[in-house]
Order: sequence, then C-alpha cells, then structure tokens
Amino acid sequence: MSIKGKVWKYGDDVNTDVIFPGKYTYTVSDPAEMGEHALEDLDPEFRFNVQPGDVIVAGKNFGCGSSREQAVTCLVTKQVGAVVARSFARIYYRNCINNALPAITCPEAVDALENGDEIEVDLEAGEIHSAKGTFTFPPLPEAVMGIFEAGGLIPYTRKRLGVGE
Amino acid sequence: MGHTFAEKILAQKAGLPEVVPGQIVEITPDAALSHDNTAPISGIFRKIGVSDVARPDIHVVVLDHACPAPTTKHAQNHKVIRQFVAEHGIESFYDVGRGVCHQVLAEEGFALPGALILGSDSHTPTAGAFGAFSAGIGRSEMAAIMATARIWLRVPESLKIVVHGRLREGVTSKDLALHVIGDQGADGGLYQSVEWHGEVIEALDQESRMVIPNLMAEMGAKNSYIPPDDVTFQWLEGRARGPFEPVYPDEDATYARVVEYDAAAIEPVVAKPHTVDNVAPVREVAGTRIDEAFLGTCTNGRLSDLAMAARVIEGRMVAPGVRLIVIPASSEVYLAALDAGYLRTFVEAGGVVESPGCGPCMGNHMGVPAEGEVAVSTANRNFRGRMGTKESEVYLASPLVVAASAIAGKIVHPDNL
Repeated sequence: MSIKGKVWKYGDDVNTDVIFPGKYTYTVSDPAEMGEHALEDLDPEFRFNVQPGDVIVAGKNFGCGSSREQAVTCLVTKQVGAVVARSFARIYYRNCINNALPAITCPEAVDALENGDEIEVDLEAGEIHSAKGTFTFPPLPEAVMGIFEAGGLIPYTRKRLGVGE
Repeated sequence: MGHTFAEKILAQKAGLPEVVPGQIVEITPDAALSHDNTAPISGIFRKIGVSDVARPDIHVVVLDHACPAPTTKHAQNHKVIRQFVAEHGIESFYDVGRGVCHQVLAEEGFALPGALILGSDSHTPTAGAFGAFSAGIGRSEMAAIMATARIWLRVPESLKIVVHGRLREGVTSKDLALHVIGDQGADGGLYQSVEWHGEVIEALDQESRMVIPNLMAEMGAKNSYIPPDDVTFQWLEGRARGPFEPVYPDEDATYARVVEYDAAAIEPVVAKPHTVDNVAPVREVAGTRIDEAFLGTCTNGRLSDLAMAARVIEGRMVAPGVRLIVIPASSEVYLAALDAGYLRTFVEAGGVVESPGCGPCMGNHMGVPAEGEVAVSTANRNFRGRMGTKESEVYLASPLVVAASAIAGKIVHPDNL
C-alpha cells in the first residue's frame, strides 16, 4: 500500500483538544462532520485544504491528552494518508491502529521534511520517499499487524468472531 | 531476576510465568470503565454484530461528562446509554449526579489492589493509587471488549520515581505531581508504567495519593502505581467489591529509569497556559488577574480538597468580578462536604456549588470562560480550547492556590493572602 501526498508539518505535543475540540465530543457524532473540525484549534486552514493522501508530520508525543477516538476519526474522514511523528502518545497510537490510520514513528523524516514537501510512504517496505531522501521505519509488531491489515479493530473483531458481513 | 509491578501483574493476568517489556499479551480486564462515551461505544458494538455483551459483569458505566444533560443532544446520548445497559444486563451503571467516573470507580470498590482496569478515558490511571494496573483505551477497544472480553496490551517499560523527605506546609500532592511533570516533560513517561515510592508517598492520605496517578496521564504514562498499604486498606474497608490480592514490584526489578526527588525543594506551583508541563512556581505568576476559579474534577474534587479550600475561604468573600465554581467529585463527597459545612462556606463567600460531574473541565457546561478570560483550575488539563474557547487561558493549581486566588482576584500564594 502506497500513500502519496503533501506534508502538513506541526510541532511537539500536539494534543487531542486541538485535533478535535472537547466541546464537540457529544454534539458531533457523524464522522463526516468530525472531519469538518479536524485540527480546528491548531491550524484553521487544514480542514479546508487537506487533500486525500496528505501526510501529517509532527514532533514528539503526537496525540497526547484525551483518549477521544474522534481525534483519529476526523483525520480518517479527511483521508489523511498517514501521521509521521517523532513519537506518539500511547492511546492515540492504539486508536490509529484500531482505525487503520498508519502511525509512523520516524524521527529522521521529521527532522528532514518540511511543510508542503511531496512524499510517498511505502508501508510494506517501511520507507518514506521524498526529495530530501529516503527514510526507513520499523514495521508494526506482528501481533497488532493483523488488526491494521483487517482494516481496523472492528473488522478484525468481526473476522475473529466469525461474524458474517 | 526481579520484575516491576507492571511485569508481575500482566504476567499474572495473562497466565504466563513471566513477561518482558515490549511483549504483547492478551488479557480480560477485571473492570472496564466507560462514561458518556458509552453511547457511541454501543454503536460500534452493534456494528461488530454480536448480540450479547460477553461479560456484562466487568463493565462499569458512569455518566459524568455532561451531567445533567445541558442540551437535548446530550440528553439523547444519556437515553441511549440507559437503554443499552438495561438491554445488556450491565448492572454497575451510575446515572447523572453520582460523580466523576474515576472517583465513583474508587468509592464503589472497583479500584482494588491487584486489579486490572481499562477505561475509555485518558485519566483511567487514577486507580493506580490503589495498586491497580489501570490504563486508558479508545472507544473501538471498549466496544471490542464488550464483544470479546479480551484485549491486547504491550508490557510497558517502568519508570521509578522516589520522593524523599517531607512536603513543606502548604505543598500538596498536586504541587508534587505538577513539579515532576514540569521536570520530566509531557512525554517524560511515554508508554511507561510509572511507579511512585518513598516516604513522602507513604505519608500521603489516600485522597491525596489519587491526584498523582491521575496526573501521570499528562506525562504520557500508560499506568501509574502506588504500592498499597494500610492507608489504602483502611480506605477500602466497607467499599471493596470483593477480596483482593496486592501486587508489589520486586526489590531487584529492572527499571528503564529511576529518578529521585527531595520533597523539601518543592514549592506551590502552577501549570501555565497551554500545556501541563509548562510549570512555574506560584510566586512567578503571582498577580495574574483571574476571572474564574474552578475547584473540582477527578484530580482535586475530593473531600480533602474541598476541606483545604474551605479553610482558606471561610469568613472571606470571593473577589468582585470573579466566579468561584465548586463541583464535588461525587455525591458521597457532596454529602460529606455538606455535613462538614464546606458547601455553606463556599456559597456564603459568593461561590457557586454545582452537581457532581466533570463540569466545565473540557468545556461542556457549568461555567466555561469567555474569550479573553483567565481561569485558575484544580483540573488536570489546560490545553488551548480545553475549557471551550481557544481564546481563554487556564492555569492549573492546587485547591489551596485556587481558593486563595478566588479571594484575591488574582493568582496568589496562599501564604500571601
């Protein structure tokens, strides 16, 4: 699976309150509408200009704060291709896997890539290609790869329980 | 070779002789906590397509995030939850007004030494103050637990924090936790199991202990642990749901890091806008004008918190133009504070006492700031927009500092009121 798009670059400790504000947690329940609030309090331009396949590149501890899964769902709705960060907050990381949004830990890519760079992410090979160079990242642990490959935790659970479509 | 708390309890729960950091294990939690998000979780559960909740007995559902419902939409959300728990035989359901989920989990005797607790809320580590392994998860994961009663966990590395000496007069466990977060950073315990040891921790009462694991969510921790002792066991008397078996780390356990603090060097602090690790001594921000003082939440809405605030406020008036919002963490705390006269003290001083729940902490209702306003709060998060508008500023502090600031109309060291 290959992901191709433009880089949206942010700093350290991007928290879930600025990715998806808490005041919407019980008033916005439609995933399409969640996308309309993506990164609202961090980058007001993002939700209007992001294109399918674009990649968020950020510093350390991306997704810290609330466990709210809408902070992942809103990016999936916007068809963000992947999030590349120096490190991820753990619940956010789990939420990414469970929604099949590639969460890639790759400090070298974060150092090199800048806002607007065109990049291509090859998940199988574990490589990020750009004009700034090629960066490698480790694959997901085998035990959780199954969840990602099934398209997320819900389809994975259905498969595991043998629940038909 | 010895093992940390996390390694020992996860091995036990997974039925393995031993586990190592990085290993993935599969377990069934002893308690699975969710709150107002149980409505969307029930929707995800339905999508999975199984008819019954696998283990209704392990689920604990507490309505707290927007309670009582401020809008019809919130009320609909609550209605879905009431129908869901009735339909699936989830008996441990606590309706609006009972309190903040982490406090209720403790009061109702689910937060036990040696228990494995997962919650679809980032402050689930709070129960680690009782010696439980308690960690936050996402909504889909809670739905999958409803369907299968199973979940994967990665065995975390452990960080050991040892606090020596004695806390100075007027320095609370909130100041201690914020001080450490300021020192270690917002990712200082990322993915880790953060254990707290030392004579300062042993000397804390149970309520003060709960502040520390609660705030470890703000250091990136997976879970946080305080070794249970007689203080814990006494608190649990008459509350524990059943028998429990404490788990303690081995003396020769291997830690990713060990850090030590001298309590005597810690002074009252605040977390300045807009991150929890932006910590400074109160004296450095003293004089900052405030519009709102908020006393409550799963961090500092307990009886001892209200007691220390009431002692500061008694016989004084809240500064003109300042709102003092008080929200007891639970109905149990509410009644005890009522009996002790604290609620009268707050109301007579010009404060507002509201019903138990999360209140304005994440900007839902019950006293959110206006644009351009400044709040000083006993909560655990001050991210931009957290209390509703990104054009407001939130300082986090102890109940003593919040109470003193409400009276002064500006941030003040309690000694200088």
